[in-house]
Amino acid sequence: MADQVGFFTDTSVCIGCKACEVACKEWNGLAGDPPEFRDSFDNTGQLDAENWRHVKFIDLVPDAPTVVGNGQAWLLMSDICKHCEHASCMEVCPTNAIIKTEFDTVFIQPDVCNGCRNCISACPYAAIGFSKDTGVVHKCTFCYDRLQNDLTPACAKACPTQSIQFGKLDDLRTRADARVAALQAQGYSQAQLYGRDDKIYGGLHAFFLLMAKPEVYNLPNEQNAGLPRRNNRGGYLGALFAAAIGVIAGAVALRRGAQDSPNDRGAGEAEKK
Amino acid sequence: MTNHWRDIKNADVILITGANPAEAQPVGFQWFMRAKLDPTKGPGKGGGAKIIHIDPRFSRTSAVSDLYVRIRPGTDIALYGGLMNYVLQHDLYPAEYVTNYTNASFIVKESYSFQGGLFSGYDVARREYNVKEWAYETGADGFAERDMTLKNPRCVLSLLKQHYSRYTPELVSTITGIPQDAFLNVAEIVGQMGKPDKVMTIVYAVGLTQHTTGTQMIRSGALLQLLLGNMGRPGGGMNAERGHANIQGNTDNAISWDLLPGYISVPMAGDETIDEYVKKHAPKKLDPRSWNYLGTNYKKFTVSLLKAWYGARATAANDFAFAYLPKPSANSSWLSIYDQALRGKMEGLMLSGMSAMSIGPDSNQILQALSNLKWLVVMDPFPTTSSEFWHAPGANAGSIQTEVFMLPATHWIEKDGSFVNSGRWMQWKDQVLQPQDQSMHDHWIIAELHARVKQLYVSHGGAYPGPILDLAMEYRNPVKPTLDEIAQEVNGKDLKTGERLATFAKLTDDGSTSSGDWIYAGSYPPKGNMAKRRNGVQDPKKNDPTGMGFFPEWAWSWPLNRRILYNRASADLDGKPWDPRRPGIVWNGSKWVGDVPDYPPTMSPHDPKAWLPFIMTGEGVGRIWAAALLVDGPFPEHYEPTESPVRNALHPAISTSPVVFFYDKAAGRLNRFGTPDEFPIVATTYRLTEHEHYVTQWVPHLVQLQPEAFVELPPGLAAERGIANGDYVNVRSKRGMMHCRALVSKRFGQVDLGGTKVWQIGIPIHWGYVGLAAELYGSKSDHWLANVLTPFVGDANARTPETKAFLVQVEKA
Repeated sequence: MADQVGFFTDTSVCIGCKACEVACKEWNGLAGDPPEFRDSFDNTGQLDAENWRHVKFIDLVPDAPTVVGNGQAWLLMSDICKHCEHASCMEVCPTNAIIKTEFDTVFIQPDVCNGCRNCISACPYAAIGFSKDTGVVHKCTFCYDRLQNDLTPACAKACPTQSIQFGKLDDLRTRADARVAALQAQGYSQAQLYGRDDKIYGGLHAFFLLMAKPEVYNLPNEQNAGLPRRNNRGGYLGALFAAAIGVIAGAVALRRGAQDSPNDRGAGEAEKK
Repeated sequence: MTNHWRDIKNADVILITGANPAEAQPVGFQWFMRAKLDPTKGPGKGGGAKIIHIDPRFSRTSAVSDLYVRIRPGTDIALYGGLMNYVLQHDLYPAEYVTNYTNASFIVKESYSFQGGLFSGYDVARREYNVKEWAYETGADGFAERDMTLKNPRCVLSLLKQHYSRYTPELVSTITGIPQDAFLNVAEIVGQMGKPDKVMTIVYAVGLTQHTTGTQMIRSGALLQLLLGNMGRPGGGMNAERGHANIQGNTDNAISWDLLPGYISVPMAGDETIDEYVKKHAPKKLDPRSWNYLGTNYKKFTVSLLKAWYGARATAANDFAFAYLPKPSANSSWLSIYDQALRGKMEGLMLSGMSAMSIGPDSNQILQALSNLKWLVVMDPFPTTSSEFWHAPGANAGSIQTEVFMLPATHWIEKDGSFVNSGRWMQWKDQVLQPQDQSMHDHWIIAELHARVKQLYVSHGGAYPGPILDLAMEYRNPVKPTLDEIAQEVNGKDLKTGERLATFAKLTDDGSTSSGDWIYAGSYPPKGNMAKRRNGVQDPKKNDPTGMGFFPEWAWSWPLNRRILYNRASADLDGKPWDPRRPGIVWNGSKWVGDVPDYPPTMSPHDPKAWLPFIMTGEGVGRIWAAALLVDGPFPEHYEPTESPVRNALHPAISTSPVVFFYDKAAGRLNRFGTPDEFPIVATTYRLTEHEHYVTQWVPHLVQLQPEAFVELPPGLAAERGIANGDYVNVRSKRGMMHCRALVSKRFGQVDLGGTKVWQIGIPIHWGYVGLAAELYGSKSDHWLANVLTPFVGDANARTPETKAFLVQVEKA
C-alpha cells in the first residue's frame, strides 16, 4: 500500500476564488449544473455529481464600519468529500462499489455501482450526487488517476493561497497542529481542527481548519458523528426502546392534551436539537 | 509596481486601498498570505504581517485581512493626507531618508500658495493652472535651492506640513466616513513603518485610478511611502496591481495617447525638431549631484526609436524622420476619441483587444458614438459588445448606419509572445493551440492592413505618404512578422555590427543604434530571449541567492532585470541596508551587490560626487513636491467626485477638482450629471474573482459561478426600499438604468460623513448583452452593462473615466 494521503483545507486563508471548483471540473470532465443565481456569492450550492469541490460562503460579517477579517467574519470553506476513515457510504453500499484505494482514499467504482443511492442518504456530508446521465453516483475521486501518476490533485494544485494543502496525511496533521496553535496564540480561540483525529468518523483524510464551531459550517460535531450500519443491532434495540418510550409518552400526552394546546412546536424544536 | 508580486512577502504591513487583490489577482495574492503567515514579519514584535484593507466593500480580500475599514469611494486623498499629517505631527518619519532621498529640502518659489481650495496660478476662464507658479527657487546655475536643515518655511517639508495640517482625524472622518478611532488605529500601525527595521507596501488598483483626482490619489500614497522611507526597499513601494495579464506590457509600449514606448512623451504641435522636442519634454537637471539619467539620454532613446520604426529612412539629414511622428494639438485620450465621435467628427474606428462598449463610461453615450461612425472594425476572438453593439438595450438597429467589420483574431493561447506582469516581469509563453479557421493574429491583421494601404499609396498616390511608405517592416515576411522578430526589434541593436544590445546604456543619438522601447533593451541580448528563462523555485538556493525573492534568472524584468525600482534608496548614505534582514542593494566596498542596482554599479557612496539616489528624476531624489508635472497641483488635495452626496468639507466653494474637463458641456450636449436630491446613493463598480472582465462570458464553467448581473446593497437600504435578497431591482443614474438582481449583504453599509449618513452600494461589471449569460433569460437587450450608470468625465491629468464613485437611485423592479 502506498502512503496515506490527505487534504488539509485551512479555511483561515481561503479567499473563496473557486479555482478549486473549476480545476476539479476541468480535470474530471464535469460539465457543472445549469447556471442559477442563488442568494450569495455561492451559485454552486452544494456538492453533487457535477460539483466535487464547493466553496461555502457563510456570512457573519457585522454591519460595522470596521471589521476584523482573518477568516472568521466571512467564513469561506472549500468543501469536499471527507474521505472518512470509517466511511458511512461504504457501510451502506450493497454492491461494494465503494472501496478504499491504495492511498486509503474512498473511491466509488462507477462500473460496480448500481445506482441504488443508499450512500447518498448515508453520507453525513451530502458529498455524493446521482447523475441521471450515467445512472450511478459520483463524488470526489481524490483525483485517483492523478495520484496513480504521482500528481497533486487538481484542486490543491490550483489553490493560490495554500488553503488546500495536499500531502502525506501524517505531514499534514503536523502542519495543521502548528497552524491552529499559531492562530490560537493570536487570539482566535474558535480556530479548531476538524477531522484531524479519530473522533469524527475515525478521522477524515480530507480534514479542515475551521474558524468557528463545526455546526456553523453545517458539519456534524463529535457528538453527532454517528456511523450508520447495515447490521445495526445496537441501533435497532435502541429504536425499539425509544418506540416503547414513545408509546408511553404518547399515552401521557393524549391524556394531557385535553388540558394543553395541541400545537406544541417548542417541544418539537427541542427534540430536533 | 515599483516592486513585484513575490516581494510582498517581505512586508510588515500591507496597506490595500482601491484594490481587491484576493478577487482580481488571486494567484498573486499568495504573497500577501505568505507575509501574513510569516511570524518574523509584522509591526511591533511581529507575529505575521498585518493586512489592512480600506475599501467601500467588504470583499474576499477583507475576509482574510487583519483589519477591514469602510471608506467612501473617491476620498482616499483625505485618508492619505490624514496619515501623512499623523506621521508629521508625531515626528515618525526617518530624517536621514527624507532629508537626503526626497525633495523635502528643496525651496519653492514665493509665487506658490494654496487658499480656499485653489493653488496659485488658477485661470478661472480656462479652468487651468499656470504650473510655473509652483517651480523651485533656482540659483544662477539653474539648480534648485535647498535647505538641508529643513527649517526654511518654503522648503517642501514645511509646505507639506502646512498643507496636510488641515487633514485632522476629525476632518478625515467627515470626508471618508471612517470613524476617528478606526482611522487612528490605522495611523498608529502605519506610523510604525517609518522605522528602519519595519517596512510597509501599499497596494492599489483602479479603485484609486478611476477618479477625477485619480493621478493625485495614487500620488498621495506614493508621498506617504516617501515620507516613511519605504520607496526603493524590499517589502515597500507603491504597487499597482494590473487588471490583465499584459496590461503592464501595453502601458510600457505606448497604450496611452500621450506616451511613446518607454514613457517618453508624444511630441505635441509646435515640436518642430528633435532638439526642440527634447528641450521641452526631457527632465531638467536640478541639482549638481543629480544624474538625471532620463533627461540626459532622452534624445538617444528618441532617435533609437525612430531608427526602429523608419530604419534606413531615418537619417541625421532628415532629423531621423521626426516629422513623421503625429503631433496632436488637442487631447486624444480615450474619452476624447468618443467625444469626437459624438460630435460627428470621426469616420471610423478600429478596436483591438478590448470592447469600447463594455469598458467605456456612460454606455448610452458610447452607443451613440459608435452609431455615429461610418464604419467600425473589431478584431477579437469572440463576438463583443462592440461588434454587436446594435443589440444594446434601447438601440434601434434599423436606424444605425455604421458598417461593422468583425475580424476574427487569435486568442493569446493561440500565439506565443510575452506577458509583462504587474511586477514588470516579461515572461515568454508558447503557443498552445493552433489558430482556428480563418482567425489571424492581431499583429498580422495590422501588418497586412499596412501593406494594403501602402500599395494604395504606391498605385494611387495620396497626402503625406512618407510615414506609410517609409515605415520599416524588416521581417522575414512583412505581412506575417513573428513575435520573436518583434521582441528583437523592441530590444534593439547596434546598426553597425547588427548585434543586439545588452543594455540601453549603449544607445546613441547619431542613428547608429535602434530600439523599439528603450526600457526593454537587454531583454533579448545576443545570448537570447531572457523572457524565456525559468530558473526558479526548483533550486531556491542557487536561483535566489539573496533569499529576497529576486530570482534574477527567472524571465526578465525591466529595466535591466532590476526587480525593485529606485533600489539605491534601500541602503543608507553609507550603502548599508536600512534593515540588514531585508537588503535591496548593499555597497560591499567595491561594488553594489544584491538586486541589479538602480545606480552605477561601482559608484562608491563615499565619493563626494556620488549621484543622488533617484537617478531618473531631474532632482535626483524622490518627489514629494511635483514642481510642474501635473496639471492639478504640486500636492494631492481632496476634491469630491463629480457626482458627490456632499460638499467638500475642506473648501465647500471649490468642491470638485477645478481643472477637470467637462466634455458634454464643452460640446453643448445636455447635462448628464445627477444631484444627491434625486440620486442620493453612492455607487462604485468592481470585479469579481469568477470573471475576467467581459471575455469570460464565453466560458461555461465561469458563467455557472456568476451567472447573472447583480447589485450588492446593504440590508438597511434594502429594507427602506422593500427589496428582498434575489429581487430584481432598477438601478438608475442620470445617464441610464440597469435592471438586475439584488444581493442584500452587510458587506456594504452606510457611511457617516460628520452626521450626514449616506448609503453605499456596489455593482460588479461583468455582464452585458453579449455572452452566455445574456442567453439565460429574456432577449439580449434585457442585459445592460454596469457602465450605463457611470459618468462621462475623467481624471484631470490622464482623463481616466471616473467609474468608481457616482450617484444612483435604487428601487424594486
